[in-house]
Amino acid sequence: MALEQPKLQNHPSDDFDVLQIKRDFPILARRVHDKPLVFLDSAASSQKPRAVLQAMDCYYETINANVHRAAYTLAEEATNAMEAARSKVAAFIGATDANEIVFTKNATEAINLIARSWGAANLAPGDAILLTHLEHHANIVPWQQLAAERQLEIRWIPLTQDCQLDLSNLDALLEGVKIVALTSMSNVVGTITPVRAIADAAHAVGALVAVDACQSVPHLPTDVGQLGADFLTFSGHKMLGPTGIGVLWARKELLEAMPPFLGGGGMIVDVRLDGFLAAEAPHKFEAGTPPIAEIIGLGAAIDYLNCLGMDAVRKHEIALTAFALRHLSDRFGDRISLYGPQDAELRGGVMSFAFDQIHPHDLSQVLDQHGVCIRPGHHCAKPLMRLLGVGATARASWYLYNNEADITSLGDALEDAGKFFTF
Amino acid sequence: MSGLEDLYREIILDHYRSPRNRGELDSPPAVRVEGFNPLCGDEIVVYVDVDDATKGDAALVTDIRIGGQGCSISQSSASMMSAAVKGHSIGEIRDLTKSFKSMMSIHEEGLEADGETDAAEELDAAELELGDLEALRGVVKFPVRIKCATLGWNTLQQGLDEAISS
Repeated sequence: MALEQPKLQNHPSDDFDVLQIKRDFPILARRVHDKPLVFLDSAASSQKPRAVLQAMDCYYETINANVHRAAYTLAEEATNAMEAARSKVAAFIGATDANEIVFTKNATEAINLIARSWGAANLAPGDAILLTHLEHHANIVPWQQLAAERQLEIRWIPLTQDCQLDLSNLDALLEGVKIVALTSMSNVVGTITPVRAIADAAHAVGALVAVDACQSVPHLPTDVGQLGADFLTFSGHKMLGPTGIGVLWARKELLEAMPPFLGGGGMIVDVRLDGFLAAEAPHKFEAGTPPIAEIIGLGAAIDYLNCLGMDAVRKHEIALTAFALRHLSDRFGDRISLYGPQDAELRGGVMSFAFDQIHPHDLSQVLDQHGVCIRPGHHCAKPLMRLLGVGATARASWYLYNNEADITSLGDALEDAGKFFTF
Repeated sequence: MSGLEDLYREIILDHYRSPRNRGELDSPPAVRVEGFNPLCGDEIVVYVDVDDATKGDAALVTDIRIGGQGCSISQSSASMMSAAVKGHSIGEIRDLTKSFKSMMSIHEEGLEADGETDAAEELDAAELELGDLEALRGVVKFPVRIKCATLGWNTLQQGLDEAISS
């Protein structure tokens, strides 16, 4: 095995040293508009530690070759490195079998794969799909496309005032439902949803549960068995890994029964003039050359997260979220509206807010001058925006490399924006 | 923060705080068109009335109202636009739009293959009086915001086309 993994610095979990962690992320040393970078947009895409960049370089510099079906050393080493990453991904989310991990180009493709493969084979006119008002467009549009083609009904789990799922009518909503597709953590307001309770209710009526775990897998310990999920999707780039790599996990018997998604090389065992024989899962769903370097990079990201420990990451983020809620509301009072649950235990480190009636786009422009990166817009969740009664929100999101000083910098920049846009 | 002052000129903030021609018109007779900026979620609604649709580009815009929500750049640009176009013919408004967009460094490809004609037209357009709209010139330095500045204009163009085709 020629691929030497870069040495990871060990961060003991009882001493979550953010300043030390920041040093592992080269980009966090840069300045923007002559100010230190304060990166608060990890819900969109996280930064990458040196270990991930090195693992990808190491692949290209030492073992670069196409995977599978070659007898030479490089190809074998590349295949081994890629399959080792598959095992890491499986272990990271509590999957028992690495063959339950399908690599896709992103989480969006993974959700489309569920809709197009499982959905097309199992849903008939009149069947219902249950979504929630929290969903990202990626977990809405593929189902709407399928529903339009198949005359399916789409239903929605409504929200409470503080953007938690309102399950009071769940039993009625579940009638005739074949699949529940829901987020485990809102990318807009941070709400952590009770996936297990919903999965139990769904399974009781014979429905499957597909979890969009893009926001939770990077930030919370994940165990697909404990969640009661049938499908789980997430992306690499939100969890310290590179872009261009997404993951679909599904129970093995589901994957085995599902028809292939994209056709091409790598997903077959035989092709004849009159047809083809599909390979076993996961290869059945991985047509074409996979993003090998990105898969290896994702494996290195998981090593980094494991090194810190996901329990420690979660503990850090609860503390930081509690600080942010307290700091921003103490400092700005009625000038700031913080959407979503006000209890840090019920949410992740992603916070949408409105400030001083300043449009989020303007707010983010002023904050950029302070080196503070937040995201304005609808965050690919227009149904939720309509429910909140706004066209856009400003959203700050933090991760393991953020600390209280970053939140205070956000507060300082907001203060300045308030002065700039005095009405 | 010198860059910001280029973007947020006082007149822009004034139009943002006190938007002109804000509201709705009865539709019909007015044409109602919605515009979206998918990047930031801004939505704009333009209501436009013309005196005589059969006059084509010679028809005069008798009234205009702006609705919807958006950032200071999209809202102030639409507000200034509404003040600039009222009482003008559709043909004049098309020219004004062209010179505004050219200030935003957007040069729409003409259908005519003759390069000289294009250049001559551009010169004409550039000579048109932009007035207050000149204040938006700083937006060019912030390319992401150009879409905000042009949202109202693109929506109006759509409205004018509808007004004379109905």
